Amino acid sequence: MEYNTIKMTAPITKEMVKDLNIGDVIYLSGVIYTARDAAHKRIQENFENNRKQLIELEDQIIFYVGPTPAKPGKVIGSAAPTTSARMDKYVEMMLKLGVVGMIGKGERADYVADLCKEYGACYFLSIGGASAMIANQIKDLEVVAYKDLGTESIKRLVVEDMRLIVGIDTKGRVFQDEQVKKYRITD
Amino acid sequence: MSRVISTEEMIPVIAKLCMDSCYHLNDNVIKALESAYEKEVSPYGKDTLKLLLDNAALASKENIPVCHDTGMTVVMMKIGEQVSWVGMPLEEAVNEGVRKGYTEGYLRKSVYLDPLNRVNSGDNTPCVLHTEIVPGDKVKIVVLPKGGGSENMGAYTNLVPADGVEGVKEFVLKSVQAAGGKACPPIVVGVGIGGTMDKTTLIAKQALLRPIGVRNSNPFYKALEEELLEEINKLGIGPLGMGGRMTALDVHIEYYPCHITSLPVAVNLQCHSVRQASVEL
Repeated sequence: MEYNTIKMTAPITKEMVKDLNIGDVIYLSGVIYTARDAAHKRIQENFENNRKQLIELEDQIIFYVGPTPAKPGKVIGSAAPTTSARMDKYVEMMLKLGVVGMIGKGERADYVADLCKEYGACYFLSIGGASAMIANQIKDLEVVAYKDLGTESIKRLVVEDMRLIVGIDTKGRVFQDEQVKKYRITD
Repeated sequence: MSRVISTEEMIPVIAKLCMDSCYHLNDNVIKALESAYEKEVSPYGKDTLKLLLDNAALASKENIPVCHDTGMTVVMMKIGEQVSWVGMPLEEAVNEGVRKGYTEGYLRKSVYLDPLNRVNSGDNTPCVLHTEIVPGDKVKIVVLPKGGGSENMGAYTNLVPADGVEGVKEFVLKSVQAAGGKACPPIVVGVGIGGTMDKTTLIAKQALLRPIGVRNSNPFYKALEEELLEEINKLGIGPLGMGGRMTALDVHIEYYPCHITSLPVAVNLQCHSVRQASVEL
């Protein structure tokens, strides 16, 4: 099938995501950051105590991922998105901090779509469990914060042509809702 | 006659099963994913299945994990009653095998020692070990690395007997619907019906060990599996929740006798990779 295919280089601005539509296939290159449950919790502690964050989040994309250890000579072990819904309650804070995109898998709470609309941000779907392949699209890795969290530390990744689907766009539309409705059979 | 086995012999065996299960999908699973790819009508769903098949081939070729979530390790052992163990305690040996497999195999360490105070054990131990004593002198071991995505979407309920088979169907469909794309479909749906709460959830997990395409030998439950599979694939969830008809690869039901007042049902979901490795000693 012919999708609307777009190449983008991160970091990206709100201007760059505002015209994306759900179902668009993005090939993302550039710099993104990883964070999941434990790192979000630390970011929240800083946020609530008005402490400076260890990384600048303005115009950044956050990839919800916890890779396996890299084999010798490899940049990263296997890596694919984790379940995004666990990070739902941190979304508003992250968007306030300037994040413009989140990469994960699975459905999110309804309020995440409202927040994407309000803040002009996007949620990108990647493929859960395609970890060997996605690892090959990651060209560089540096742990930039919370090294003690191991797989859950914040890592700066350089990615090349990472395939994503726009899951929630800046109009607050939800790709999965529309697709599931389309293929549901009701007797 | 008893057969003497040293528990130390288990260590390299378990380590290899941990690595193999994370690197190489079973042929049965690959065939099921290929068949789902042929049948899927949603373009996004079809693309997703293609990428999953390519990913499985790449992981196997490079001996790297198919998925980054190499799970909490579930080890199921059927131990012949004529087996007599020597050496360190069996559970210690099994955990030593898991430690070795996850460390030497570059698998992710995903186990917190305390669910509320959340400190990583650093080596993916302890595993969850289930042992069953069976006739004979063999030892059958299955290693099932269970990732959080699908495991967290499991569900349990105590229906009342009056709810009957319709109640069971409704609960299974509701559970799969609620899991959506989060459980990494196309999934295998393990259903346990009957027993006591512990037994119900255990047989739901054991149901996941049955190869895809193999039905329950009881005609009533076989028909129920087929009906549920058809109904689940009408939900529209599709591969990774991207929309489509391939939401489940199969439904496996195990049942057990239960109390006159009870009708417990457990649903244990298994992601598309259905990782497991087994050996008989």
